[in-house]
Amino acid sequence: MEHRQASQHVSDFDSVEAAVEDPDRTVLQMEGVTKDYGRELAVDELSLSVKDGELLTLLGPSGCGKTTTLRLLAGLERPTAGSIRIAGETVTGGGKDGFRQPDQRDVGIVFQNYALFPHLSVAENVAFGLTDRDDDETKQRVDDLLELVDLTDHHDKMPSNLSGGQQQRVALARSLAPEPDVLLLDEPFSNLDIRLRVEMREEVRRILKRAGVTAVSVTHDQEEALSISDRVAVMHDGTIEQIGDPATVFQNPESRFVASFLGQASFLSGQITDGGVETALGTFPLNRLNGSLTSYDGAAVDILVRPDDLRATPAAQATADGTVVHRQYNGPSFVYRVNLDGGDVVHCMHNHVETFAADESVEVDLVADHELAWYPAE
Amino acid sequence: MKVRERVATARARAFEDEESAIGRGLTLLAAAVAAALVAPLGWLLVDVFALGSRAFSLTVAPQTLQVLVRSVALVGAVTAGSVLVGVPLAVLTVQGDLPLKRFWTVVAALPLAIPSYLGAFAAVSAFGPRGALADVLSPLGIQQIPTIYGFVGAALVLTLYTYPYVFLTTRASLLSLDASLVEAARTLNASRWAAFRRVTLPQILPGITAGALLVALYTLSDFGTPNIMRVEVFTQFIYARYNAFMREYAALLSLELFAVTAVVLALESRIGADDSGAYGSSGNRGAFDLDLGLWRYPAALLPALVGLVAILLPIAIFGMWFLRSGPGYATGSMAFSWSYGLNSVWVALLAAGASVLVAVPIGLRSATSDSWAASLADRAPYVGYAAPGIVLAIALVSFSLDVLPWFYKTLPLLVFAYVVRFMPQAIGSIRTSRLQVDTGLVEAARTLGRSRASTFRSVTLPLVLPGIATGAALVFLTTMKELPATLILRPLRFDTLVTYIWRVQEAGLYGAAAVPALALVVVSGLSMAVILAQEQRTD
Repeated sequence: MEHRQASQHVSDFDSVEAAVEDPDRTVLQMEGVTKDYGRELAVDELSLSVKDGELLTLLGPSGCGKTTTLRLLAGLERPTAGSIRIAGETVTGGGKDGFRQPDQRDVGIVFQNYALFPHLSVAENVAFGLTDRDDDETKQRVDDLLELVDLTDHHDKMPSNLSGGQQQRVALARSLAPEPDVLLLDEPFSNLDIRLRVEMREEVRRILKRAGVTAVSVTHDQEEALSISDRVAVMHDGTIEQIGDPATVFQNPESRFVASFLGQASFLSGQITDGGVETALGTFPLNRLNGSLTSYDGAAVDILVRPDDLRATPAAQATADGTVVHRQYNGPSFVYRVNLDGGDVVHCMHNHVETFAADESVEVDLVADHELAWYPAE
Repeated sequence: MKVRERVATARARAFEDEESAIGRGLTLLAAAVAAALVAPLGWLLVDVFALGSRAFSLTVAPQTLQVLVRSVALVGAVTAGSVLVGVPLAVLTVQGDLPLKRFWTVVAALPLAIPSYLGAFAAVSAFGPRGALADVLSPLGIQQIPTIYGFVGAALVLTLYTYPYVFLTTRASLLSLDASLVEAARTLNASRWAAFRRVTLPQILPGITAGALLVALYTLSDFGTPNIMRVEVFTQFIYARYNAFMREYAALLSLELFAVTAVVLALESRIGADDSGAYGSSGNRGAFDLDLGLWRYPAALLPALVGLVAILLPIAIFGMWFLRSGPGYATGSMAFSWSYGLNSVWVALLAAGASVLVAVPIGLRSATSDSWAASLADRAPYVGYAAPGIVLAIALVSFSLDVLPWFYKTLPLLVFAYVVRFMPQAIGSIRTSRLQVDTGLVEAARTLGRSRASTFRSVTLPLVLPGIATGAALVFLTTMKELPATLILRPLRFDTLVTYIWRVQEAGLYGAAAVPALALVVVSGLSMAVILAQEQRTD
């Protein structure tokens, strides 16, 4: 169970502890939620639940229904079927009367473009949702939140005078101010440049954990999803393909879709026999693959191999497994595409000093020290 | 950034010589245009000086002050009315789920296509004494209906034909409103109404104000409606003094009207310059839909009602005259002749041609140059555009009588007035189309070995030609329906469609106006179509 260990490591590094009373309490629950726009089915009988203080990320390609799911949670769209419960109260379902308008549910949302009110100052933006407190309480709450997001000095500035990262933090403070039960984040980092993005990921995770808020974020960026979330739900065609902690989902993708969406995936075709699994790279013992394989004797399988699982070495034509056909330079590393003799195409990662020429014959070795995921051959 | 700046400086240096040569030419043109505009308007001052000390006593005379107060009151009433009609209509057609939404949008904008004097004319003949309504009611024993003449009638008619300015500008700002702002407010626990009040309204306020100021300017300068409805505001009063041969008094009042107009314009430029609220957010733009439920059917009645009264009433009245022939409809010297139509087309063609000749160099240069000369040449013509038609007409009468008597009430003077008034429309559309020509295209042609002249001929000109054509069409069509300058400056016994309608209207022979009035409605509709087509291209 290596993946369990891996996730353990992640939380060891996580110095900020979530400030929640009961981490096992379910705050958000969706059951069989469906949304169609005429003929188009955007969300298809989706069910999921999120616990108090948890940060769940919906990850998927554009058009997979993740943003629609977020808008359904906020009450900006009405589901066609199914029910949503927030903090123990049903906010939708049970006919038209059961639908609660966005202002009638305690949900905050950080929009992709932040949607800061351009005619209001930073402090006025943050105070916007604080209508049921007196002036002193409102002022105190605004000050607290600006301190939380480290923008105390920008109290009276207008949004147009802030940088992208600062605008995002104001948006975060504004949506946290009314103490929502659930905070929604729609592609929160997509409007930032790449260097700021990495910095803000950590910053946002710190802020969310310190606020102890339950959060659902949406992204198409796998690195972002894996790095900030407690759990990741990979979405495809309006349904959740797999949900789990980031390391499990990355190492043991349950479907080909998830596997090919995460990392630069290649598939190695193999045949299960008594002695192990036969592939173009040789025969491996069955314990290199994950899960139970006994009922699959004689079956053809596709094994998931990522670039860091494989290593190429120069070899004579006779002993080679294939030839190098393409090179992708990423700065610190090269990823080589190798056409294997059996017809499979795989990728191998090498550090930037190990170079191969085009059409060079290579031997490819499996160097992965973890169990490999596999799927019945198509 | 550094590299870009360096490239820019290098380029500027390379073009410097040429730039200064063209710049000098342009400066001369700008100065000529400015002089041609300011001289006649300045002559109003000469007239007023001729009054001597009487100028002051006339300014503070109770009658003058009453005119000022009444004008400002009419502007206030019409502007308020336009906001009250235009803003709800804009919100309904943008955010509401009205049935036949696009259709109602067009209907709500359409009154703009009908000159308000035709509307006033139709209203008077429908609701006035011995009008169509009185004809229908008198057999029923109703002898007295509330008079349509006067302040209230004029305010109603003007509101009906000017609210589309507010409607269109409000609509534009609603359409550019970032939908996620309203959604953000809703998720921050603001109710629909609170979100509208706290987020939408502040965002669209500049749009509403811009439209309201256009309404104010139109109302101030509108000549036909107050004259037909007999309301003593500036334009009506000036015309009456002019007809009573009190030229200096008319000039004094014209100056006063010009000053009030300048105040409104100053307000407008202030609003236009304030963009601080509009920072670019690259989010999903569009309408936040207002779910009206079954209310959407009664809601559609609002645009239907306004459209019915504003558009169908004049068409129905003119159509009725057209079909109904009988004694008193076309008599003697007042008989309609198609030569009036030809006259209209002839002066409009002259005005369009002359305007384009002046507008092309100004429009093309001001789009590509940042020099002060270019921007002066671009701005100066707007003085003429801003001056109410009656003011310009009175100024030109004085100027030509005192300085160029052989020019007085000639065709060239009339065409000059049109050019001064409407050329900015041509400059605007030429400028817009020039701005849309990517500088990359010109640079591509130059690097492909074409000379500057050849590039202009084979790349720039074909691309700006539609803009020039649009500008010419706009000048042509607005000239066709221009009233005050035509009325005052036309040569003796020279009648156009507009002046003919005016004469029969004054004589009370409404029936004779059917054909020219319908023709003008078509012309106005066409000019609206040209503007819309132009806006579509710009999008």
